[in-house]
Amino acid sequence: MHELAVTESILEIAVRHAKDHNARRITDLYLVLGQWSSILDDSVQFYWDLISEGTTAKGATLHFRRVPVSLACEDCGTEYEPGSEEFTCPNCGGSHVRVVTGEEFQLEAIDIEE
Amino acid sequence: MSKHIPVVEKILSANDRLALENQARLDSVNVLAINVMASPGAGKTSLIERTIKALEGRVRIGMINGDIATSFDASRARAAGAVAVQINTGGDCHLDAVMVQSALAQLDLEALDLVIIENVGNLVCPADFKLGTHKSVLVASIPEGDDKPYKYPGMYRGVDVVVINKIDLLPYVPFRMDFFKKGIEVLNPGVRQFELSCQTGTGLPDWLDWLERQVKDHRAT
Repeated sequence: MHELAVTESILEIAVRHAKDHNARRITDLYLVLGQWSSILDDSVQFYWDLISEGTTAKGATLHFRRVPVSLACEDCGTEYEPGSEEFTCPNCGGSHVRVVTGEEFQLEAIDIEE
Repeated sequence: MSKHIPVVEKILSANDRLALENQARLDSVNVLAINVMASPGAGKTSLIERTIKALEGRVRIGMINGDIATSFDASRARAAGAVAVQINTGGDCHLDAVMVQSALAQLDLEALDLVIIENVGNLVCPADFKLGTHKSVLVASIPEGDDKPYKYPGMYRGVDVVVINKIDLLPYVPFRMDFFKKGIEVLNPGVRQFELSCQTGTGLPDWLDWLERQVKDHRAT
């Protein structure tokens, strides 16, 4: 629901890094979104088209990489994807788990033209 | 020429930096701040109201209230004896570090021990935006249902305390406490939990003792 703020932040980071590299134009942005981060790619794309207007990132393509949630059981070492209403370890039933992936919320890289 | 540049930067890093500044401002005057989050109707305002009244004369409290369009909750806080600042988010689904920074500037922090920030009622967005508070408190409530940790894992992951409110309604609504707590345990092992009812007052003393101790410990550091 706060995709505007998020999209502004993506633009700010991308433009800053592009400037550091004396880029003429940003052509592509690579975003990583974990399944447990609550961001909707469609909304980001919608705002992107509006706010990138007039910047070096105008017309750049957004690439979203969605990362599924993966948990690791600290008791028996099993790595698993949790169910919708069952987070405990499917192997030993343990609840001492670590989140391995799924919480990412990053701009990973950009492509620029010099 | 085209070039690929690795960035690897957290998308909300600007907000995170500002949140650290807010915390430094609070620490410079030894004020503890807590961020109270919940879905609409879980009882954030009731818990804050009970807390302000109970700690009156012992803990000097300022309140920052994020509300979509009214100042009703801030009025309730003022009536209960706290200094209150209202942030009308104008439709935003969460508070962010910028809003909190300007609200902190409106409070006489030197005259306070504790700042309670009441976030916008929402179980998704507030989890992503750090404010600079020392503790995050999630108020859950029995009528919301026992599946909330499973549906909103992001919110349950990031908090220091879960208050389970409206336990007086347990006999009347289906709520599997074991199932609910199992979800919390996986998402946030060892998180501090308080079961209470703002309506009857059951369980409130434990919460108040904990909070008062946090304020004292913070002042001592």
